[in-house]
Amino acid sequence: MFKGIYNWVDERLDITPIWRDVADHEVPEHVNPAHHFSAFVYCFGGLTFFITVIQILSGMFLTMYYVPDIINAYGSVEYLQTKVAFGQIVRGMHHWGASLVIVMMFLHTLRVFFTGSYKAPREMNWVVGMLIFFVMIGLGLTGYLLPWDNKAYFATRVTLQIADSIPVVGPYLKELMQGGQIVGAETLTRFFAVHVFFLPAVLLLLLVGHFIMIRRQGISGPL
Amino acid sequence: MSNQNDHHEASQKPPGRKEMSRRQFLTYTLGGATAYMVSGAVLPMIRFAVDPILHKGSKGNFIKVVEVSKITNEPQEFSFELQQQDGWYSSTATLSAWIRKNDKGEIVALSPVCKHLGCTIGWNNDKGYPDEYHCPCHGARYTKDGKNLAVAPKPLDEYTVKVDNGWIYLGQIVPNKHVS
Repeated sequence: MFKGIYNWVDERLDITPIWRDVADHEVPEHVNPAHHFSAFVYCFGGLTFFITVIQILSGMFLTMYYVPDIINAYGSVEYLQTKVAFGQIVRGMHHWGASLVIVMMFLHTLRVFFTGSYKAPREMNWVVGMLIFFVMIGLGLTGYLLPWDNKAYFATRVTLQIADSIPVVGPYLKELMQGGQIVGAETLTRFFAVHVFFLPAVLLLLLVGHFIMIRRQGISGPL
Repeated sequence: MSNQNDHHEASQKPPGRKEMSRRQFLTYTLGGATAYMVSGAVLPMIRFAVDPILHKGSKGNFIKVVEVSKITNEPQEFSFELQQQDGWYSSTATLSAWIRKNDKGEIVALSPVCKHLGCTIGWNNDKGYPDEYHCPCHGARYTKDGKNLAVAPKPLDEYTVKVDNGWIYLGQIVPNKHVS
């Protein structure tokens, strides 16, 4: 039945070349763990992307219960984690995935560094990768505040204090991030907006750039 | 020719078993494993999302409202507070009921929500229609027992009533059982 539907659409829109172009490409022998087991180090980029997808999905579901409001934020997180079916699992996925995505990204960076894959002609992809790194750190920072517990509150105070220490612009940057004079209601809504709208949008754009460049330039050769 | 082949295969293999190609086997195995892993990630999220509709509505508790001795044949309005739990947010809602003793001596507590479009009705609040419930929004009218006279399609709902130790307790709102 699916084949029938697929053929019907394909006859009209010729979609086969589109997904062929995305999915059908040869994996060189030196990056295939089936040939050389040590080639598993080439999986870290894909794993980072996989966990990113999990983060986006679980995050979307978490917003069904979460409210970014200083009175109710903690209560809503506690509620979704203890009262809602599979709440612990879904928040667990987002919580642990957040750390894991940093770990995987770091390993991916190490692989790229030690295989020299950042060298010409792939310098631009290294730069985009670094931008992705900063966006991920930003996602981690803004997401950390959202449960609005003591750890989140004081961690954010410390972070903003660090931003404050930047010469000249520091105090302005701090107040901009804080959305006011104190870490409070406006900080929480601001971090929430940045966490679920601004940074994910930037992240997706950067990822598209990252992947297009990989396809244009191919995977770097063996050592 | 084909008959011979069929016969040949049938003699070697148990009937009803078809050869599966290596490609097909791998497709099924990889597809199955992928489906298993994807469902492992997705099912918790789906269950998480639909959780509220799977919760049974809480059976309304009875709330102490007023002494039986204060109830007359004439409807009187009494308000009472309901503790409600809305997810992680608990609050108190103020509800009211028009309570009277009917001719059979039963205590009837009517909900003040008009059955037309949900405005709040009042007793004896329209000079043109004495001794009736009247809704100021669209002129719906009801008898003392809550029977709909004009505009509204159904009689007023009532609260389930429990009398205990000289006090009236009100529970859930149910369709009116005292008028036909």
